[in-house]
Amino acid sequence: MLTELVIRFVVGGIAVSAFAILGDILKPKSFAGLFGAAPSIALATLVLTISKEGRAYAAIELRSMILGALAFFVYAVLAARCLLSGKWSASAVTASALLIWCGCALGLWFALLR
Amino acid sequence: MKITLNFSALSQTRWYQYLSRFLIGGATTVLAGLIGKKFGPTIGGLFLAFPAIFPAGATLIESHEKEKKGRTGDHRTQRGRKAAALDAAGASMGAIGLLSFAVLLWKIVETLPLWLSLPAATLTWFAVSFAVWKAWQSFF
Repeated sequence: MLTELVIRFVVGGIAVSAFAILGDILKPKSFAGLFGAAPSIALATLVLTISKEGRAYAAIELRSMILGALAFFVYAVLAARCLLSGKWSASAVTASALLIWCGCALGLWFALLR
Repeated sequence: MKITLNFSALSQTRWYQYLSRFLIGGATTVLAGLIGKKFGPTIGGLFLAFPAIFPAGATLIESHEKEKKGRTGDHRTQRGRKAAALDAAGASMGAIGLLSFAVLLWKIVETLPLWLSLPAATLTWFAVSFAVWKAWQSFF
């Protein structure tokens, strides 16, 4: 169990960092922003999930990921709107809007998959 | 608008900012696994699309813009926030690609080998994100 968690941590850290570095070096900013929504966590976990739990389990996770991605879209649009207004800092907007992501993702899950 | 690579941006990022992104990425991946174990794959799967790195990235962009020379006070702050807003707009287009990644992989994960399905879904993420970005470029 502990070994699996350590592997997940390291692989997840590397995957997320790799996409973040790509986002750092690319211009223009709107194009680099695409990498902020890269499937880094999914890529890091799915190989482990499939090897341990099987493909059917991964398919159930991926069906839910569709709703998580919809919530991500709502989250990012909202963050862009708030930041464009210039009233709030990036850290305040992006951190507080995580609650919107959680609410949206869980709301969609409740409505469609529960 | 032309896409370019700017490697000097790497030197603007401090070591602890790289470390924090690694830690956030690792912690989110572990959390997604633990939530899946505790509440089942339908809840755990939501977290495969958790915005793990976006908050740190947008904050970093804002601080880099504010640190640039030749700008002062409010102008620097506003410019930093506008740059972060552009990053967020890009992430919203990337999220459409993420949606296509999840839909495609959901459909093929049980039938195709992993060495084929994962790269195909990742390419689809990039192709859809890029197409949406190009369309957005031509409209705005």
